[in-house]
Amino acid sequence: MRRWLVALIITAGGAAGAAASGLERVPAIAHPATAKECGECHMAFQPALLPAGSWLRIMDGLADHFGEDASLPADLTASIRAYLAANAGRSGDPKITRITEQSWFAKEHRFRSAVWQRPEIKAKSNCLACHPRAEQGNYDDD
Amino acid sequence: MNRPVLLATALVGVGMAAAAAEPARDAIVAAYSRQAQNENQAFDGFSTARGERLYLGPHTGGNTETPACATCHTFDPRAPGRHVKTGRAIEPMAVSVNPRRFTDAADVEKRFTRDCPNVLGRPCTAEEKGDFITFLINR
Repeated sequence: MRRWLVALIITAGGAAGAAASGLERVPAIAHPATAKECGECHMAFQPALLPAGSWLRIMDGLADHFGEDASLPADLTASIRAYLAANAGRSGDPKITRITEQSWFAKEHRFRSAVWQRPEIKAKSNCLACHPRAEQGNYDDD
Repeated sequence: MNRPVLLATALVGVGMAAAAAEPARDAIVAAYSRQAQNENQAFDGFSTARGERLYLGPHTGGNTETPACATCHTFDPRAPGRHVKTGRAIEPMAVSVNPRRFTDAADVEKRFTRDCPNVLGRPCTAEEKGDFITFLINR
């Protein structure tokens, strides 16, 4: 009985650990303009991966988007901004705009720096290098 | 029925999308041609060779990470590219393998607006844009 109980606790603990961020499965992007425009230079990240405040900062600063000019026509920017904010995640720091700098990301990605430097990865934001179903919002494969 | 006709008949079905897209591409090239004439009285048509030089580089003046279009799009425009910063896969540039290239005027202009400063450190001229597209139509 006691051994069962220990096993049960370990299993439950493991499950809670794996779902710590709650972001292993997020809804796929359901807004064609967001999928298209945000998916040209990098994978289009699902709105649930950042809180609304972060998305608003990003969408209000496209002229200097992490060093690149990613400006879009005003109507397109407004439409994408509204979609991202309405479907944003509930956790995360709204002052941080990089998904890879959110605290949950670090907890879920404790790798040696040599892993990040693999040529097929190139950047921490390259979800698809390790999560082949990332574009469908499925990161549940580690 | 001779062979070319047979082949053409067979290709009608699969070739519809590519064939339908050509007028859009022609219109984009024609618009850049008119613009090039306005920018430069001596303009006498687009050049595949100039487009190839522009594509291959290397250039100075832009972002040191991207001295050429080929940095991300690879030296063979028929091959898929890869964004140098993000690792994002990029569809091939050559029209022969990717017939959807240069068929949406707004998209084409958006990419030139973003990528020319990265590679050249300045906007592209209409002549350069037309040369670039002409090179990739012929690849």
